[in-house]
Amino acid sequence: MTTPAAVIPPQRVKDCARKHAYDFEAVRQDFPILRQIVHGRPLVYLDNAATAQKPRCVIEAERRLYEEYYANIHRGVHDLSMKCTEAYDAAREKVRRRLNAAQAEEIVFVRGATEAVNLVAGSYGRSRVGQDDEILISALEHHSNIVPWQMLCEEKGARLRVIPMFETGELDLDALDALLGPRTRLLAITHVSNALGTVIPVREIVARAHARNVPVLVDGAQAVPHAMIDVRDIGCDFYVFSGHKAYGPSGIGALYGRRELLEAMPPYQGGGNMILSVTFEKTIYNEVPYRFEAGTPNIAGAIALGAALDYVESLGLDRIIRHEDDLMSYATDSLSSVPDLRIVGTAREKIGVISFVLEDIHPHDIGTILDHEGVAIRSGHHCAQPVMQRLGLTATARASFGLYNTREDVDALVGGIQKVIEVFA
Amino acid sequence: MATENLRELYQEVILDHSKRPRNFGELPGANRQAHGTNPLCGDQATVFLTIEENVVKDARFVGSGCAISTASASMMTEAVKGKTLTEAESLFRRFHALITNSSEPGETGAEELGKLSAFSGVCEFPVRVKCAALAWHTLRAAMQEDRRTVSTEASK
Repeated sequence: MTTPAAVIPPQRVKDCARKHAYDFEAVRQDFPILRQIVHGRPLVYLDNAATAQKPRCVIEAERRLYEEYYANIHRGVHDLSMKCTEAYDAAREKVRRRLNAAQAEEIVFVRGATEAVNLVAGSYGRSRVGQDDEILISALEHHSNIVPWQMLCEEKGARLRVIPMFETGELDLDALDALLGPRTRLLAITHVSNALGTVIPVREIVARAHARNVPVLVDGAQAVPHAMIDVRDIGCDFYVFSGHKAYGPSGIGALYGRRELLEAMPPYQGGGNMILSVTFEKTIYNEVPYRFEAGTPNIAGAIALGAALDYVESLGLDRIIRHEDDLMSYATDSLSSVPDLRIVGTAREKIGVISFVLEDIHPHDIGTILDHEGVAIRSGHHCAQPVMQRLGLTATARASFGLYNTREDVDALVGGIQKVIEVFA
Repeated sequence: MATENLRELYQEVILDHSKRPRNFGELPGANRQAHGTNPLCGDQATVFLTIEENVVKDARFVGSGCAISTASASMMTEAVKGKTLTEAESLFRRFHALITNSSEPGETGAEELGKLSAFSGVCEFPVRVKCAALAWHTLRAAMQEDRRTVSTEASK
């Protein structure tokens, strides 16, 4: 008997899958946690910028690994070790494809975006930055793209400089050229602001930095879940992201580095896997990317991240982008209609995030009351205190969207905010 | 049930003090003061005290924070005025026991806490306990003449 799939050309099968991709019931069914009841209400999860929920296939990928083929990688000659190594390497290839890097060797698995920035600061930065040199960042950075550079500057006697931002949440790029000086050793900049949702024109920034021979690291933690990423088109030297915000597990992420840069960089940590040979006199380091993956890595995390990337691809990233665009416009309009609500960050191009404040009501009180309506948002400084200071705020409430959110979720948010206003009336 | 908990947390008296905090502002002539912060949410409180012969003659505060932390600071300054340092310390302990739901039987008589018992709902919201506790930890530091900034992350 011929199965239906066998008689439909492969492309048509894919098209069918896509047609059903935004059958919302089907997509939401893929995420078991969305069935949770919180304080007697169905969960409305709008804290995706903090971390995204996981589809069943990601959870399954980890379970299957541990139940069927788990072993250490790049070590054993036995069957399980080979299967496991193959799956781990395949995950690296999936990350390469997602970022459109030229080679899988340019992808280093790390714990997350934070570790990736620390790796570049600790390896590239330490070997290239000296007394009175400068590192340039922007006013929109998450603490993870500030503190590692501050630590490096402190150690080397270097200076941290900052591209300023406007009230809208956009960067003042007229200031960029003047900040790119002869002592600038690196520019580290976010792709999308985690606090305000601003999309940064990284391609243009990279071109301007490269014109001054300044390499660029792009923090893609908030971009990878929501946008097509092409590191070769952006032209950046490093690109970092976390798996957990992109529907993968926590504790895994990736660093992309241009191969010639990675090859010239000293190791970040020493240990097993990162060596070719060790004697007590001399150690010869392994090739990239293994040189930067000392010790047994997060094997299950990498494989499950690969499953998350596959899942997004199966839904169609273009469809996800269109859907989230629609949600952002709908949410912006709905929230704007609430009296006394002010949206913080009004950049022309935003993705994934809407930060807001209510007149005279603190974001934590908003967060607690929304939680009682089953609506999970983040309130606070979003690990971006300099952004808050620049805007004269101590905190905002932040709703952030993922591929499984719906207009009904936005309606629940707005209904919850009405409740907040009632409580404080 | 959910709404009941919420009403317990945001009682009228708490909402009233959060909107119109009493004793808000610096205290000229204060002889004790301390600064407290909740690093996770950015709440700030500075407590000023005038203490004469071991009695809190006056208490005021400045700061910024959520409704719970503002109301807590406001009601605290009212509650400690006229108390001896020993009584204020005892009130601190009772209040802390109330919001963390860790009181020994008979320890937190509502009659002794008075209006402060409005904060009993906080114990149902573990992440908000620090909001209610910030001003009180800062008060304690001021009474003990501890000049270090109080942090809700250090004071377990």
